[in-house]
Amino acid sequence: MKILILGAGQVGSSAAYHLSREEANEVTVVDMRADVLRELQDRLDIRTVVGHAAYPDVLERAGASDADIVVALTNSDETNMVACQIAYTNFRTPTKIARIRSAEYMNAHKLFTQDAIPIDVRISPEQLVCSHIEQLILYPGSSQVLDFAGGRVRLVGAKADRDGLLVGQRIATLKDHIKNTEGRIAAIYRDGKAMLPKGDTVIQEGDEVFFIANRKDVRVFMSEMRRLEDPVRRVVIAGGGNIGVRLALALEQTNQVKIIERDPQRARQISEQLNKAIVLVGDAADEELLLEEDIDNVDVFCGLTNSEEANILSSMLAKRLGAHKVMALINRASYAELVESGSIDIAVSPQQVTIGSLLAHVRRGDVVKVHSLRRGAAEAMEAIAHGDAESSKVVGRKIEDIELPKGTAIVAVVREDQVIIAHHDTIIETDDHVILFMTDRRKIEHLETLFQVGVSFI
Amino acid sequence: MNWTVVQRILGLLLMMFSLTMLPPIAVSLIYDDQSWLPFVEGFGLTLVAGILIWLPVHRSRKDLRLRDGFLVVAAFWTVLGTFGAAPLFFADTLTLSFTDAVFESMSGLTTTGATILTGLDELPASILYYRQQLQWLGGMGIIVLAVAVLPMLGVGGMQLYRAETPGPVKDTKLTPRITETAKALWYVYLTFTIACASSYRLAGMGWFDALCHAFSTVAIGGFSTHDASIGYFDSGVVDVVAIIFMFVAGINFSLHFFAWRYVSIKHYRQDPEFKAYALMLVALSAIVVITLYQHRGVTEPGQTFINGVFHAVSIATTTGFTTENFALWPAALPVLLIFSSFVGGSAGSTAGGIKVIRWLLIYKQGAREVARLVHPNAEIPVKLGNTAVKPRVVDAVWGFFSVYVIVFGVMLLAMMATGLDQVTAFSAVAATLNNLGPGLGDITSGFMSLSDTVKWISVAGMLLGRLEIFTLLVLITPTFWRH
Repeated sequence: MKILILGAGQVGSSAAYHLSREEANEVTVVDMRADVLRELQDRLDIRTVVGHAAYPDVLERAGASDADIVVALTNSDETNMVACQIAYTNFRTPTKIARIRSAEYMNAHKLFTQDAIPIDVRISPEQLVCSHIEQLILYPGSSQVLDFAGGRVRLVGAKADRDGLLVGQRIATLKDHIKNTEGRIAAIYRDGKAMLPKGDTVIQEGDEVFFIANRKDVRVFMSEMRRLEDPVRRVVIAGGGNIGVRLALALEQTNQVKIIERDPQRARQISEQLNKAIVLVGDAADEELLLEEDIDNVDVFCGLTNSEEANILSSMLAKRLGAHKVMALINRASYAELVESGSIDIAVSPQQVTIGSLLAHVRRGDVVKVHSLRRGAAEAMEAIAHGDAESSKVVGRKIEDIELPKGTAIVAVVREDQVIIAHHDTIIETDDHVILFMTDRRKIEHLETLFQVGVSFI
Repeated sequence: MNWTVVQRILGLLLMMFSLTMLPPIAVSLIYDDQSWLPFVEGFGLTLVAGILIWLPVHRSRKDLRLRDGFLVVAAFWTVLGTFGAAPLFFADTLTLSFTDAVFESMSGLTTTGATILTGLDELPASILYYRQQLQWLGGMGIIVLAVAVLPMLGVGGMQLYRAETPGPVKDTKLTPRITETAKALWYVYLTFTIACASSYRLAGMGWFDALCHAFSTVAIGGFSTHDASIGYFDSGVVDVVAIIFMFVAGINFSLHFFAWRYVSIKHYRQDPEFKAYALMLVALSAIVVITLYQHRGVTEPGQTFINGVFHAVSIATTTGFTTENFALWPAALPVLLIFSSFVGGSAGSTAGGIKVIRWLLIYKQGAREVARLVHPNAEIPVKLGNTAVKPRVVDAVWGFFSVYVIVFGVMLLAMMATGLDQVTAFSAVAATLNNLGPGLGDITSGFMSLSDTVKWISVAGMLLGRLEIFTLLVLITPTFWRH
């Protein structure tokens, strides 16, 4: 596929990284900064074009006339929108994806039609990050929560500890523990290595277990992995930026939320937006302020300022002062690895969250969703099976008969409203949403072709 | 430095190169010239050496870094020159010393075209074919070929590509994937080769000669299967075909690629380097032809005209084909022609020399200084076409130019120190460093009369010229090796 990425910022360059690693893709990146592009071209096998991403001649030079997908990721919403408009009007690019940051545009749905601003997919990183954190707060103890099939099924990652009911036992005993619900363990990470579990695999303390379950059963499964934590009540958010405020708005009805903002003017502004949450003016790394606000009784502390260093330091401080759980917004993968093994419980990477939802749209076959797990080491994918036993490589077959690449497994099937946890003899029907888990993301191309329908089916 | 990855790629490349010794075996069998054995030996030796280098580290999966790229390219060209010499060294019909075999092989690969062989017309077809094929492989760059056919080089391919491709600006890719870019270049190259061979055939050559000369024409090499070079055919039509294809091969191949893809000649017309290149050849041809008319009179106007243009194009593009001995030409012509080889062809072509674009930038900078004298406060960027050239590129051009001059001076002194006269030494350095081939003085017909020391200096010069000096020079700096 010929892919045009506009903007070589953090998300742009990591999208280029992920996409160019797949052999079938030809990636061109456009940016105004020649030095950034040169550095990027040294690392990746891509073409780069220097220029303003929304100018027709720049797009032309970048090969927009035969591009299959335009992904607009510059830091200006307006540039992204205009670029998509031009790609549509001048070059008839089939798929246009744009990052739109401001909620004002995102809420105006009527704007994004073919005769106004023709953007097929809009991605709002702030919204994605916000709902990601919300999920983590909803399921305390989880390290990652991913929705599939419109939220009916969830894939949850959790670290097994001594108090989990299943810990130290074989996976096969799971159905004796939980009688009436269905769920499945999709993968286990032990010492940083992925393994696909079998019935006789024994879960050990310290394993990171990914399981898939019906939405309502997630808590029951969680109790198998670790002692169930009390639902989160008190939340402190450091940083009153867009993400912080969004999160506060989402949580303030059900939780007791405090939000710390350094700038008095901004604090005043957000206090007007929020109804129940308390806005505190001050430095999130101020020990006195944190103690005064009973940091030792706080269930979750989120460092969500613009500076990742500040997030790391304030979260570490909050943890030392007694916060039960701390999360920090961290962009750099190297930082995240560094702190997650130590004093910070969860590192949230906006980049990863955005990339995951972005990649889902740059897929062949009918792939609905792709989620990155463990910062891209593994991937979970939702694809729709089409065609019939003749034209499709999956429909009408038992799961054990489908030729899956090594390191991948089908974990669940969603048929209309029913969630079927995959067994070896489950037969895939047409229009099923199939949820797969892969420990090696290089296999993704193989999977895509699996879900493509043969030529005879039109 | 990532030794394992360098070693792995080097091994792979050698194995790939060993395959190029198979076609001469076929040629030998077809023409039944009884000299297939040296190629079998060369093939075996190269393949085994490649496997021995590759095998211990074949599991290494690290990425190639920038510095590794330089090392691989420099090491590969050096090693290649040596292994490429194997069949020539083994051949009983030649009885070459090691020095001579390496000289001939390196002269082929670097598309120089200087030779130490005489009596070419008597040699077995397979050996003649092999020399031409060496030039053809070296022309577009054997590493570019490797990048095209070995997709696993991946990102590292770009590092290699950049270290081998001539010209001041090396970041432009024709397609997003480096493999595709390399393939595109080779397709264009292949197309020209076929077109050139067919044209030669139509102009009256036999198929064997047509193919062999097509190889050395599009590669801007200059090897021939006859001692008298193109002059052997004594045909104005052959000369014209050669002029056309030498001219075409001296143009930047990205322009050909765009012309092919968009089916338009717009890209040629808009390219400042192409315009300068064409203008230079026209001007040079005019001077040569007019001078020849003045001295020889207008007895054979057509033949003199073709002769003049032929040598102007052949020498200025650094091909080195001849139809007569231009060293005996009147007035300043021999030296003028040798000087023109310093310009060479365009960047991104198969030609040698300093490249037209660098001269163009140097000229434009000179013009800027003049303009500055007149308007001291003016802001005058150096522009190529409609775009301003980055100061970094202009700096790099000056850096290259000065190093070129210094290397030239050092080599000239070294050759004269061995006892060579000034004219021979000067033209020998120009012939090798510019990848030209023929020279003046003692080397008008070849380098066979020179001492081994001079031959080794020439080998170094050819390599320096083909890899545009810095790729080799960087290896002898302490900074490169410091961790």
